[in-house]
Amino acid sequence: MTIQTSDKPVVEKKSLRDAYGATLAELGASHPAVVVLDADLSGSTRTATFAKKYPDRFFNMGVAEANMIGVAAGMAVSGKIPFASTFAVFATGRAWEQIRQSVCLGNVNVKVVASHGGITVGEDGPSHQAMEDIALMRALPHMGVIVPADAAETASAVRFAADHVGPLYIRLARDKFPVVHREATPFRLGKGEVLRNGPDVALVGCGLMTSTIIEAADRLADEGIMATVVNMATIKPIDEELLITLATTCGAIVTAEEHSIIGGLGSAVAEVIGENIPVPVIKVGMKSEFGKSGPPEALLDYFGLNAAAVIEAAKKALALKNG
Amino acid sequence: MKALERTDDVAALSAIARDLRIDILTMLNASGSGHSGGSLSAIDILTALYFSRMDHSPLYPRGKDRDRFVLSKGHAAPALYAALARAGYFDRSHLLSLRKLNAMLSGHPFAPSTPGVEISTGSLGQGLSLAVGMALAGRLDGWKKSVFAMTGDGELQEGQVWEAAMAAAHYKLDNLVAFVDHNGLQIDGAVAEVMGVDPVDEKFAAFGWATRTVNGHDMAEILDAIDWGVAQKGKPSVIVAMTVKGKGVSFMEGKASWHGTAPSDEQLAAAIAELTLA
Repeated sequence: MTIQTSDKPVVEKKSLRDAYGATLAELGASHPAVVVLDADLSGSTRTATFAKKYPDRFFNMGVAEANMIGVAAGMAVSGKIPFASTFAVFATGRAWEQIRQSVCLGNVNVKVVASHGGITVGEDGPSHQAMEDIALMRALPHMGVIVPADAAETASAVRFAADHVGPLYIRLARDKFPVVHREATPFRLGKGEVLRNGPDVALVGCGLMTSTIIEAADRLADEGIMATVVNMATIKPIDEELLITLATTCGAIVTAEEHSIIGGLGSAVAEVIGENIPVPVIKVGMKSEFGKSGPPEALLDYFGLNAAAVIEAAKKALALKNG
Repeated sequence: MKALERTDDVAALSAIARDLRIDILTMLNASGSGHSGGSLSAIDILTALYFSRMDHSPLYPRGKDRDRFVLSKGHAAPALYAALARAGYFDRSHLLSLRKLNAMLSGHPFAPSTPGVEISTGSLGQGLSLAVGMALAGRLDGWKKSVFAMTGDGELQEGQVWEAAMAAAHYKLDNLVAFVDHNGLQIDGAVAEVMGVDPVDEKFAAFGWATRTVNGHDMAEILDAIDWGVAQKGKPSVIVAMTVKGKGVSFMEGKASWHGTAPSDEQLAAAIAELTLA
């Protein structure tokens, strides 16, 4: 899909959840142990694509997320590879304790793949906008947390998840995201992806904000500020080695996430930098507040989840670095 | 390894249950903490499952086509550990290190460290969902065996139990047999006073389950009920086992205060004397 707006260049966008559904359907053929569960949102999460092809291996659990996660865990210890999906708020909030006790505690091989992460849920409003899910999942031992930047990375991450033994959380979105990767490359858990090198400041993003930091880096370059741009799709385990390298080479870091600045990507980065090589880390993300109803683009601007906010943060980080 | 002890003889099973009661109390005394009352109320059913009706083997603890058991009321872990040790899943000496740092036997069932524990439990309300998942997987893979689960009665206050009950009936899981250890007591007192759950059988029946109520300390009734549950077609079955918390030890019976308490040396000696005489 191509969108032309008055003040922005042509941006190709693709749906992460479409990529999820299509990849699940592929896995249905290659991985007979893959089973899929949903909590009455299979149309929205796109697990319906799998359900259509493999109805015997799809289980609609109704609006009962806690039970869905428990059932997935029971299937996993019986040799299945369950993918359990619903909106991010319900997957990680409503069923958090089931994920803790029935999945993570025993290191059980369940994949929680949630759509509708972040503010771009839009008009449905704050009850449905997950701004804490990364923090909730990151706190759990054994849990890996993946936030793909685009549709191609989603497909790679989902394929990776099917072969990875252990719990994973993959956060997807309702909205289509700008294309960052022209083609899918094998997903590498725990490895950040350097998209561009620059000596002045490192911009580290995940999910939708990866494309935002690319846009910010372009505009910073116009002002003579050359940024390194990193897509940090794995929030846990975080790529410590790369972060330490970024602190060494750039001396200032900006993180950007469509999530609360408490407990998400920014926190993960600050933890590593603070304990290893203290340099300024400025976090762009949602403050400790709830979202609102509205169009996604308007919400991103309202809450400062845009290139302008990243540029401002980069300048602040530079000032601290040079101060 | 000696062959798995297995019998249909009621007297022999009752004798095993008595031995296991002594093991339970001995390990709880050694740990100095843990759940006496609910372990003693559950042990007759566990004895019937592990030493008569379940098809299982410590030689193949992760084999595919075998009966499985999920202890949703995970605080009765001592009962499960006593049964697993006697069945040969691990050496009995481990019982005395219950709840100790880095011991095999955790305060609540922890699958990664304990052979024979199917899946970790302990947070109430979650085990029936796990059993539903196993039963669905078993059906996909064509298992001929059953999945057994046990919840407490206070545990039925957890909403997730009823989500699982709904799902089990929806998917017509006739390879799932659940027990409710209906001992009438929970930590804060009588279940009926804290948050009543009766009538348990009617609730499950309304959710689409086959139901049967038994005396949970009558070995013959338990065996018969297990056979009944396994034979059900087209729906899951629940056996509401009327039990006595602390069963077998007079000073523990029917006392909520023994929910999460371990016996002292003197209390252990008195309990063993009573169980040995009986």
